[in-house]
Amino acid sequence: MKEEFNIISNLIEENTRVLDVGCGNGDLMKFLQENKTKDIRGLEISKEKVQNCLSKGLTVIEGNAESDLKQFPKSSFDYVILSQTLQAFLNPELVINELLKVGKKVIVTIPNFGYWRVRLQLLFKGTMPVTENLPHEWYNTPNLHMCTIKDFYNFCSSKNIKIFKSIALKKSRISEINKSNLNYKNLDSHLGIFLIES
Amino acid sequence: MNKNIDTKKIIISNPLKLDCGKEINNFPIAYETYGELNSEKSNAILVFHALTGDQYVSGKNPITNKDGWWSYVVGENKPIDTNKFFVICANVIGGCMGSYGPSTINESTGKQIGTDFPIITINDMVNAQYELIKYLEIEKLFAVVGGSMGGMQVLQFVANFPDKAKLAIPIACTSSHSAQNIAFNELGRQAIMADSKWENGFYSNYKLNPDKGLAVARMAAHITYLSEKGLQEKFGRKLQDRDSLRYGFEADFQIESYLRYQGSVFVDRFDANSYLYITRAMDYFDLSKQYKGNLSDAFKITKTKFFVISFTSDWLYPTSENREIVIALNSVGADVGFVEIESDKGHDSFLLDVPSFLKTLGDYINSTYKVINERRI
Repeated sequence: MKEEFNIISNLIEENTRVLDVGCGNGDLMKFLQENKTKDIRGLEISKEKVQNCLSKGLTVIEGNAESDLKQFPKSSFDYVILSQTLQAFLNPELVINELLKVGKKVIVTIPNFGYWRVRLQLLFKGTMPVTENLPHEWYNTPNLHMCTIKDFYNFCSSKNIKIFKSIALKKSRISEINKSNLNYKNLDSHLGIFLIES
Repeated sequence: MNKNIDTKKIIISNPLKLDCGKEINNFPIAYETYGELNSEKSNAILVFHALTGDQYVSGKNPITNKDGWWSYVVGENKPIDTNKFFVICANVIGGCMGSYGPSTINESTGKQIGTDFPIITINDMVNAQYELIKYLEIEKLFAVVGGSMGGMQVLQFVANFPDKAKLAIPIACTSSHSAQNIAFNELGRQAIMADSKWENGFYSNYKLNPDKGLAVARMAAHITYLSEKGLQEKFGRKLQDRDSLRYGFEADFQIESYLRYQGSVFVDRFDANSYLYITRAMDYFDLSKQYKGNLSDAFKITKTKFFVISFTSDWLYPTSENREIVIALNSVGADVGFVEIESDKGHDSFLLDVPSFLKTLGDYINSTYKVINERRI
């Protein structure tokens, strides 16, 4: 978690305006508030988590990214962050489009379904993968649209979304993703972090 | 209504131009304060009351001898902690607890003003209360807070005075009174005016009181403050002090008895004309119309931080209407937080013991106070 926060924080310039979509209990918001910018908002669907955030004094709105991002004017944030949530939406493509409207830049992090540990579970055990990063069983997972680093990379190029930076994370090892190492990073990383722009 | 009680009061000498076109001056504003104003004058919170509220937010209400109407929220060690904050609440103009209203005595005639009182609006109420803040010499309030009609006043206050509050918390309210709400208010007014003792609003001249009409108005309104589920759980079809139906029109059911009681205690503390005037002010409230149909423009220049709260079972000021406020604020990039609190207690939730509401509100106010103070240092 901490590594992911650090990477995200490093992608963000100081004193910019940030929206964290699916901000959960506000840990990333708090981290960025202390390290990067005071001007940060959150959007979260769970009442309980929204109340936790507000209790900490964080500015969070209860809402659903699929329907409530529309209310923010175009380019009203310098950065919009979607941390490990894309897979939980009914319509991830729509959400990405909304994020790209609201934010000048968008940071998306993806739990990588192409990670070799995940692949091995399906290959050898023949069951849906359950890992540290993806702890749910098939019948109770909130994750509707799992994808791999390669899937998201390809998605961006097919939709003409510019990738400014793409970073792979394995444990605490950070590396850059590029066209030539894509297959390898897709196998060897548990998390992908993308800085994109429409 | 009981004028024997000593209320804190100031006389506003500045003329106040009302929305209806009339002008008032030398009029009283009754208020109460709790806690101490700190030396930097940075801990003041102005609380706005709802339709039937008054200035007695906390502690004992000297007129009803009951707890203040927002005792769950305001007081020592409460979410708005009076050990820390200086809380101000004024009776709205049009009210009957000492501020200028239809029951105020006209000095030239020695009689109550009655329906010669001018029609007032939420805007007028807020402008009158601003005079109190000036009188108390508070340059900037830490927060303006209120539920229901109090929330409407919060919105109007920030629109009128965009740099006078650091934080605004409108709770269970709307930016524009809906047809359904106007309908319920009209029902209440008609009940009062249909009472033969109303006498076109001059009942006090005849030593009369339209208490039957006012009680019916209160009973009808009270239903709208609850939820279907809450009513069913609390009362169901339970009978009142009897084992079987009596085959008559007495209060067989507990819910009937409860409503009758609510109606009867209300008439002891509230003036029927005030009920007419204040419900009218609510009906006229349409902040977006004041800004030519664009609610966002009301908040375009404000730096005030907002926290909007609604309740799941509130069908009088539903979440959708509270969300419109959030949407308008977001569209001008204002700093706004929002949560819908889970509660079966209907619109009244903001007045009652709803733990997740009280905790979230208290924590938010306290952590925001800390952050704002730290920034200043």
